[in-house]
Amino acid sequence: MVLSLRINGSVREVDPPVGRTLAETLRDDLGLTGTKIACGEGHCGACTVQLDGSPVLSCITLVHTVGDREVTTIEGLQDHPLVDAFVRTDALQCGFCTPGQIVSAAALVEADPEPTAERVRHAMAGNLCRCGAYSRIEEAVLTWRD
Amino acid sequence: MARLIKTEKEVEGRYSEQWVVVEDDDALDQWPQGPGAVVGKPATRQDGPQRARGQAIYTADLQLPGMLHAAVLRSPHARARAEKMDLSPALELPGVLGAIGPDDCHVLQSEPGYHGAPVAAVAADSFARAREALAAIEVEWEELEPLLDPEEAVRRESFVSDPRRYDRGDVEAGFAQADVIVEAEYRTQTVLHNSMETHQSVCRWEGDTLEVYISTQFIWGVRASIAEQLELPPDRVRVVCNYMGGGFGSKNSPGDYTYIAIALAGKTGRPVRCALTRREENLATGNRNATIQRLRAGARSDGTLVALDAEYVNAVGWTGWSGPTYGPLEMLYACDNVRTLTYGAKLNLPPNAAFRAPGFVEGTYGLECLLDELAARLELDPLALRRRNHADQDLEDGRPFSSKKLLECYDRAEEHWARRDEVRARSEGSVRRGTGLASQIWYGGGGPPSYAGVRVSSDGSATVLTAMQDIGTGTRTAMAQIAAEELGLPVERVRVSLGDSARGTYASVSAGSSTTPSMGPAVRAAAADAARQILEIAAQRFDLEQRVLSLRDGRVVSADGGSWPLEEITGLLEDAQITGRGSRGPNPAGMRVLTFGVQVADVAVDVETGEVTVERIAAIHDIGRVINPLGARSQVEGGIIQGVGHTLSEERMFDPASGTILTQTLDAYKLPTIADVPEIAVDFPDIPDEHLTNLGSKGLGEPPIVPTAAAIVNAIRDATGADVRSLPVSREEMLRALREAREREKKLATAPA
Repeated sequence: MVLSLRINGSVREVDPPVGRTLAETLRDDLGLTGTKIACGEGHCGACTVQLDGSPVLSCITLVHTVGDREVTTIEGLQDHPLVDAFVRTDALQCGFCTPGQIVSAAALVEADPEPTAERVRHAMAGNLCRCGAYSRIEEAVLTWRD
Repeated sequence: MARLIKTEKEVEGRYSEQWVVVEDDDALDQWPQGPGAVVGKPATRQDGPQRARGQAIYTADLQLPGMLHAAVLRSPHARARAEKMDLSPALELPGVLGAIGPDDCHVLQSEPGYHGAPVAAVAADSFARAREALAAIEVEWEELEPLLDPEEAVRRESFVSDPRRYDRGDVEAGFAQADVIVEAEYRTQTVLHNSMETHQSVCRWEGDTLEVYISTQFIWGVRASIAEQLELPPDRVRVVCNYMGGGFGSKNSPGDYTYIAIALAGKTGRPVRCALTRREENLATGNRNATIQRLRAGARSDGTLVALDAEYVNAVGWTGWSGPTYGPLEMLYACDNVRTLTYGAKLNLPPNAAFRAPGFVEGTYGLECLLDELAARLELDPLALRRRNHADQDLEDGRPFSSKKLLECYDRAEEHWARRDEVRARSEGSVRRGTGLASQIWYGGGGPPSYAGVRVSSDGSATVLTAMQDIGTGTRTAMAQIAAEELGLPVERVRVSLGDSARGTYASVSAGSSTTPSMGPAVRAAAADAARQILEIAAQRFDLEQRVLSLRDGRVVSADGGSWPLEEITGLLEDAQITGRGSRGPNPAGMRVLTFGVQVADVAVDVETGEVTVERIAAIHDIGRVINPLGARSQVEGGIIQGVGHTLSEERMFDPASGTILTQTLDAYKLPTIADVPEIAVDFPDIPDEHLTNLGSKGLGEPPIVPTAAAIVNAIRDATGADVRSLPVSREEMLRALREAREREKKLATAPA
């Protein structure tokens, strides 16, 4: 079944087999490799994308369930001030979790442009970072408009 | 002139002698202490925007035309023998183009020794089809009794290597002089690296050359290993790693997956990706092995250590190496009488692999907790006890340290240590607060061989060329800073091209805290070579003496006030470039190069539930000159956060009957999250090591994780009086330690006076 997906403001047609995840479709069918797969079972947050502005784990979202919801990936957020904030505060090391971190954070600051540290910690707790850039991630999200 | 010398090389505490070629003219004086124009000032990551925007192409993102995907059949048993194996049903499935077993590839095992050992592999046109095909492989297993208990392994003498014995002075005579003797048994758990990018490679043949795209910490080590295994000339193996998603010690070699991809690429004539799933990552890519540490310390009443005695059991696993758990006890404190005995238990469990300061993290936990138990017995201040036993020279052979600013670190720790009364006073209800500290010792001097080139283009911008890797530590940025400083350029005008053995010179492994101290001096030498040529040309062009010229702010500057944009000189070359080359000189002869530090932790312990919260950690590390204060702080924070996970939540568990690994997902294996992070204060003496290279910089990757567990556990003792003896500090362990402390107090209270 051919699906018309709304991704980062444009419409992309894909014909994935049943059971294909949104993450696989983005990465393997559409070449949007900014979305990472680090665990493949919804435990780490590296694959986070937004559906109609809400963060979801694309590695456990079946592409056939997306429907006409707008998919926003890191490629759609490349000019977001959070990118500069992450670089300025050194909120990334190996960077493999970073696109997912920024997608989650972008959803947070859209809903709450001035989040408290506690809110940041709550909203970002599903995005693991093995390098341990957490202190800077918190700083980046708290100062994203600086 | 090139010079051939023999030098001592150290990687993670393993020393070897080797021949290296160095340039004769590496006689650059170190820059003065303190920030320069670029070096010593914070610089954001050069590749930060690409990584943050998802534009950086990791091995995981690579798509080659016609690429197949491998899936690996892994042993379901800790110890078994494959009586029969039939790959042919897998080959009949749609999309499957190749299958290999133990006869086809040396890493595939018909008698696997651990749960998760690779047995067979399939290549198919999608990963899903490859995985499905694994189920079609028919294997008849004969299960065998696994050996899982390290103490039993010692009894049966099942070792990965001969037990190691170390003796200094006379331990029994030392204990005879002791006013106080403390002894304790400490245990540490098995911990998994869990890099976010799993172990993986993509392999393809291009003509007679094997291309290996791999998530690795050591491009040249991978090249050498593969060339040797395949009996290829090294230049017919090209290894590429531009961006990689974390390693922490586990990605220093090709690994089973690369050999599987190579074998399948050979079989199918197509490029093959072999990427581990997270579950495979948690089975078969190495770990920080568990340890048992039986320690005894004797001291005079003033705190002077007179004897240290230790027996260590490293639960290594099926293969791997018995690491230096003994290191801190032998090296950290001035004690004349030291004895250690270390066993490396060979078990039917997944092999270990180097993990950020292997051995020293575990050994520091035992030693530094024992020292605080000693301080408590002697009623001495723990920091004073450490100062009293400070080692002024290397204890092995009396060699001087190239530099050691541990006392300076202790001085800088005072302000954090002085807060402990105030911290304790904030205890309320069932929540008790306290402060603890621990010292750090580790290697980190790096060494030759390492080479770099610097290319200065007509537009006055420069490129550093070397086939090193940036594993996320920010070495790309640090190298750009070093070259920029030497060339008098803003850092934005220097790029670093790395990550490809076919397009750069030999470079150091990114392990053992060695990238900056190994590569940095070579990059500076190369930049200096280019700068010298620029000045020579400028002197001719402007008819001035070369000695009055220098490079600053992107300009050629003359002592008499003249100043020209660099492009006026380099532009003469049109499309051509000025090229400089540099090498890493030898380490200082007859000196021990080590890193030192101290961390102070504040914790809160709920004595009713056993919950432990780390509230604050102050870290002071002596690593010589700091190149990039921004990146250095991140390294320290990251090490501490991994240390907090190691101390409180992470544990690889297995079924003690079958050896089945139980913690295979990031749900079961508890990594720290952003919500677990304490306040972290980072400080460096930032004093260049005057004997070490043209930079005076040591490595920083590993030092910050070394003392964290001990500092936290010592803070727990300060808060509660409880002696935690095993990691992680689960609620069960915390409550056990609290119970034991209460019983001890009760006994004291009822004892006849």
